[in-house]
Amino acid sequence: MQTDAVLTTSSLGGTRRQFVRSVIYGGLAFYGLPAFARASKPPLGHVVIVGAGFAGLTAAKYLRAWSMGNLKVTIVEPNPQFISCPQSNLVLGGSRTLDQLSFGYDLTRKQHGLDWVNDTVTAVDLANKQVQLTRGKLSYDRLILAPGVDFNVSKIPGMSAPVADIPHAWKAGKQTLQLRQQLESMPDGGVFVMTIPTGAYRCPPGPYERACQVAHYFKQHKPRSKVIILDANADIMSKKGLFLQSFNGAYQGVIEYHNNSEILQLDTASKTIKTDFETVKADVLNVIPPQLAGKVAQVAGLNNVDGRWCEVDFVTYASSLQADVHIIGDSISAGLPKSAHMATSQAKVCAAAIIDLQSGNAPNPLPVFANTCYSFVDDQQAMHVANVYRYDPAKKAMVSAEGGGVSAKASTQEGQYAQAWAENIWADTLT
Amino acid sequence: MKQRYVNIVWACVVAWSLSAQAEDSSAIHTLAASCAACHGPNGNSLGGTPTLAALNEDYFVQRMQGFKDGSVSSTVMHHHAKGLTSAEIMALASYFAQQPRQTPQALPRQSFKGAQ
Ligand SMILES: Cc1cc2nc3c(=O)[nH]c(=O)nc-3n(C[C@H](O)[C@H](O)[C@H](O)COP(=O)(O)OP(=O)(O)OC[C@H]3O[C@@H](n4cnc5c(N)ncnc54)[C@H](O)[C@@H]3O)c2cc1C
Ligand code: HEC
Repeated sequence: MQTDAVLTTSSLGGTRRQFVRSVIYGGLAFYGLPAFARASKPPLGHVVIVGAGFAGLTAAKYLRAWSMGNLKVTIVEPNPQFISCPQSNLVLGGSRTLDQLSFGYDLTRKQHGLDWVNDTVTAVDLANKQVQLTRGKLSYDRLILAPGVDFNVSKIPGMSAPVADIPHAWKAGKQTLQLRQQLESMPDGGVFVMTIPTGAYRCPPGPYERACQVAHYFKQHKPRSKVIILDANADIMSKKGLFLQSFNGAYQGVIEYHNNSEILQLDTASKTIKTDFETVKADVLNVIPPQLAGKVAQVAGLNNVDGRWCEVDFVTYASSLQADVHIIGDSISAGLPKSAHMATSQAKVCAAAIIDLQSGNAPNPLPVFANTCYSFVDDQQAMHVANVYRYDPAKKAMVSAEGGGVSAKASTQEGQYAQAWAENIWADTLT
Repeated sequence: MKQRYVNIVWACVVAWSLSAQAEDSSAIHTLAASCAACHGPNGNSLGGTPTLAALNEDYFVQRMQGFKDGSVSSTVMHHHAKGLTSAEIMALASYFAQQPRQTPQALPRQSFKGAQ
């Protein structure tokens, strides 16, 4: 199980003085110890991470790097590959393939000396600090839950269980390809209907980006086809002005946006949806289900905000119910956009705090980080929303600093920067 | 017994070395790490955005202050620079100036295996 760890400290996050220190202490670091000592407990303990998405994998890398290898990190992840949700809407638009968004885990795993278990966590024994896998158990000193979101399909009237030919494609992978194939086989003149749920969901601008991508494909290949957005919310949830520029500009007559359009009844056989205002029949139907914290957080009983999301302390990302269980990424209740950039920033703050706590130091009481979310409106042009967030101890929340904002309009130049964002965040997470 | 003693000594040595590390970089390494999403691991960009690793400290501060007051045009950096204090900008400048400039590793791309 023990992986061959390489000391990466010198290349990862350090000032010159730190660098010198890491060379001096490099010899002292856990994995540099002679074999007799290596068999013993790692000096700063053992962290088990559930989920190798943007949040979990980033936490693993930085825990190892910033502790100079003095923490043992075990990741539990059932999937063999990392598939990026960011840019998966562009697969629907036709300007990316899923292959371009698929990555292996081996490089990070080897390079940062991560112990890896290809399995699913099915239960958490909080009292005994153990997680149950389908095969065996693991003990931890601290646990990080980073399971992303779960989908509450039973909340959709008429659906109750997932339906094979109505993909949500809200986790990139097979369903993304299935939805693309449905669009390809749909006749010109057909209708693509997408529903957006109320309440927090992952990637607030994501559905509107998807609408633009499908409309972009229709304009090129099925010019008589339409996109109908049935949004259960009162209004566009993110980058409203910018998306309206596209809906009323390039996609005028292609995209119809209907607000306050909660699903009252869905007939899955005929793909017909009834709302307060109308009955809409789809040729291709994409129901984005209501979301909540990943199943493992529910099983652990840590989804204490509306039974959906997990409340955490933003200094350490410890659960408000369980001090030695940290939760990061889409599963937490933060009042912040559930984005990949956010997930990686939370992971870094959490990693630094865990190292401090395990070393007997106080964590940084005032975390600050930058966040940006780009959306593509076609194959070339993108736009951003960007803010710095800082911890406000009085509000006990991450609050956006003055000076943030959105692009004036989508542009090709920002399309190039959005691509650079994707490659750099993939590199930060996966190398 | 002997093993336990060894463990305790190691834990102390490690805690001491890490607290020394915390004192140099404290909060700034987590803030700087959030720039990696666009500027690459440790400020070594894979392309498309400027590399920040080993950038001259004064130049860094000038650019950031310029984004902040609008004298340097930008697509997105003004929305970040305006949210940072001058002290944070100086600490970031010193942090990135000390990062070694490296060719970033290639992404571990694979074709989609269809399992998920
Ligand atoms: C269509 C779409 C477009 C998006 N575009 C953008 C974008 O442009 N920019 C942006 O910043 N964000 C974007 N996002 C949002 C982004 O993908 C998420 O915010 C991000 O993936 C959250 O990371 P995470 O680690 O919390 O969850 P995930 O990335 O979902 O990772 C969770 C991992 O945990 C594993 N897991 C779950 N349960 C268990 C268990 N019990 N045991 C073991 N492992 C488990 C899963 O297999 C998975 O690998 C988009 C999302 C979608 C759907
Ligand atoms: C969303 C992507 C993004 C994020 C996040 C980001 N940057 Fe930038 N940065 C850019 C882009 C793009 C440019 C080029 C100017 C522009 O168009 O805004 C740039 C330019 C710069 C420059 C000027 C470099 C030069 O050589 O002229 C500095 C300095 C800089 N960024 C620092 C930072 C710091 C520090 C952070 C983190 C607090 C950060 N950036 C976060 C995208 C980003």
